[in-house]
Amino acid sequence: MIAALLPLLILLPVLGFLVNGAIALTRSSSVGDAGTGTARHPLVTVVGPGVILASFALAVALFMRVRVGLPAPAIVSLGEWMPVGNLVVDWTLQLDQLSMLMVLVITGVGSLIHLFSIGYMRDDAGYARYFAYLNLFVAFMLVLVLGGSYPVMFVGWEGVGLASYLLIGFWFSDKANADAGKKAFVVNRVGDFGFLVAMFLMWTTTQKLDFVGAHTALAGLAGSGVVLAIALFLFVGCAGKSAQLPLYIWLPDAMAGPTPVSALIHAATMVTAGVYLVARAAPIFAGAPEASLVITAIGALTALFAATIALRQWDIKKVLAYSTVSQLGYMFVGVGAGAYTAGVFHLVTHAFFKALLFLGAGSVIHAMHHAYHQAHRHDDPQDLRNMGGLAKYMPATATAMTLATLAIAGVPPLAGFFSKDEILASVFSRAQGSPLASASLLGVPGSAVLYVVYGLGVVTALLTAIYMTRLLLLAFYGDNRTGEGAREALREAPAIMTVPVLLLGVLTVAGGWLNLPALIPIGPVGLLEHWLEPVTGASAKLLAGAGHLDHTTELILVSVATGVALVGMAIAFVAYRKPIADKANSPEDSGLLARAYGVDALVDAVIVRPVQALASVVLARGVDRGVDRGFSAGGSLLTRTAALMGARLQDGDIGKYAWMLAAGALALIAALTLS
Amino acid sequence: MIAEALVVSAILFVIGVVGVLTRRNAIILFMCAELMLNAVNLSFVAFAKMHNVTGHVFVIMVMTIAAAEAAVGLAIIISIFRHFGTVDLSKLRTLRG
Repeated sequence: MIAALLPLLILLPVLGFLVNGAIALTRSSSVGDAGTGTARHPLVTVVGPGVILASFALAVALFMRVRVGLPAPAIVSLGEWMPVGNLVVDWTLQLDQLSMLMVLVITGVGSLIHLFSIGYMRDDAGYARYFAYLNLFVAFMLVLVLGGSYPVMFVGWEGVGLASYLLIGFWFSDKANADAGKKAFVVNRVGDFGFLVAMFLMWTTTQKLDFVGAHTALAGLAGSGVVLAIALFLFVGCAGKSAQLPLYIWLPDAMAGPTPVSALIHAATMVTAGVYLVARAAPIFAGAPEASLVITAIGALTALFAATIALRQWDIKKVLAYSTVSQLGYMFVGVGAGAYTAGVFHLVTHAFFKALLFLGAGSVIHAMHHAYHQAHRHDDPQDLRNMGGLAKYMPATATAMTLATLAIAGVPPLAGFFSKDEILASVFSRAQGSPLASASLLGVPGSAVLYVVYGLGVVTALLTAIYMTRLLLLAFYGDNRTGEGAREALREAPAIMTVPVLLLGVLTVAGGWLNLPALIPIGPVGLLEHWLEPVTGASAKLLAGAGHLDHTTELILVSVATGVALVGMAIAFVAYRKPIADKANSPEDSGLLARAYGVDALVDAVIVRPVQALASVVLARGVDRGVDRGFSAGGSLLTRTAALMGARLQDGDIGKYAWMLAAGALALIAALTLS
Repeated sequence: MIAEALVVSAILFVIGVVGVLTRRNAIILFMCAELMLNAVNLSFVAFAKMHNVTGHVFVIMVMTIAAAEAAVGLAIIISIFRHFGTVDLSKLRTLRG
């Protein structure tokens, strides 16, 4: 059954892509009539979300099958891909507990986001094209998590990058959007280089590229330099895809795409691919504690760094984007510390509440945009300074957003509290008596690194509570700053948008039950831990070593996490108590945090502009024009010279022709007789 | 016997070639070309005596074609003279690249 359903699971979104793509192509002539709603094809509305819902149904059917018991991963081979000498790569799919979980999240959250998109994109001229790309993305994402070997996973890895590029630049007629897409693609290439090198190393060392074979072979080499190198290069790939320092710069710009895209690709699924990869390659990382330390340290630094920037962003989507970078850092802290369940748990809960936050922000932007459109004003519908008091106009969205904010801030008993607490507790417990603690990073003992990481995590949790409460207060509470005329036009989003948001709200509340800690047994304890045991259990045990927490310490950690969340929210309440001016009446915010530490300007000055100068001066003016002169101008000069010389021979003197004829005949005879 | 015939033929042919290469008068050039044809005819006849009658057939053919060619060639030379007032080929250089 698994062998039959797995390919179908991927083929359904591909089918959706083909149908919607065909409709988009045949109707592309009517692109000009944006805003009239005529671009909406009823078939797209059915097929686009329909195939994802069908995939979700299949995923649930598979889950029922896997739930009964799946001791070893189910591997389905669909034929040969690359038979080159002794390198034979097959199209293999692998279903185990980890990929099952990812498939459920992708198709489940994906379905809700597809439904939301019906409302959000209803008046867009590119309606069919949008759903075609979104279906394509889900197809590749499923290839990514279901691939049975590193190369097959890489196909999905690159495919989601392509879909992300297409969707970031969805409104490509605005150059800034197209540039944002390009930036995402180029920065991701840097990470892909790491992934590729890791695969090369894996092949040269073990002659194997499939998960089962390579992991078994590399487990025998645990602790060696080559395993460390493979692990670090794999993490370079993760850092690119999952926006970690220093490759995070593309994610804030990726907000140029439609908001549901940000929810699906740049919050819930694609950007978590790196976390999935680390969990998938857990046997490799377990064999290289130093690499795991690097991951957890980078994750903690990213989490703190992005959280500080999020404190002072005014664009509602930018706040959420930096928040995503920060939360991804959290996930890496978890998987880096060998707490694979905790990392994946946070991945799942984050998919719930961050998708909700983005969809809620989408509803807000949708409402603001329409209000300004009706009032014939050209203010910024995404700027928090233009919002305020929206709870009165959009009660359902405000309720859901408030829940998600509490969840991400880590207020019990919402989903974010459990996952975040588990990550921090895991880091703390591994700081003593684990292989991680006895390893060292650049001369710093691992246990010190882990304590610092824990500290950074707590500070980040505080900042998270502050910036999310700030967003909530600025957008939904206090006085409205939308402006006269536009204010009256603010409306709650239609049901097709609010229902998915509220469903995500339910998941945000209930998500924590997936993996309750033994300390708070308000339901079945450690479901996810138990579920992932066959996949990551051994590696997690290897890295955890003897590290464990007694009951009192655990209680203190939980209290610290909760306390920090409440303090953060209180700080935000105090700081944003006073009414603020709307965007038009505010001075330009040029603070260091508002400029995101000026990293973009730095990258621009150090990398982008030198490369452009190299391209325009050396390559365009030097090489390109050199080739131009050398080959075309030079070529024509050569031909002209040859032609002139030929013309000189043909001067009309018959005597000369006769001499040539005779000489030629003689030469021919000489050649024939002498040879 | 055959050797002498071939030597005479070769001498005649070379005289023809040298004439074509050195002289510029169209009529002399024409005569030299005829000389070359006949040199070849001589060697055909010589070889025909040595082998079989096929050589004679070629000689008859060459003579026929040479006669036709003489008619056409002389006609062309006459029209060249009418047009340019000379048959000196070194002066006729209108066809040049």
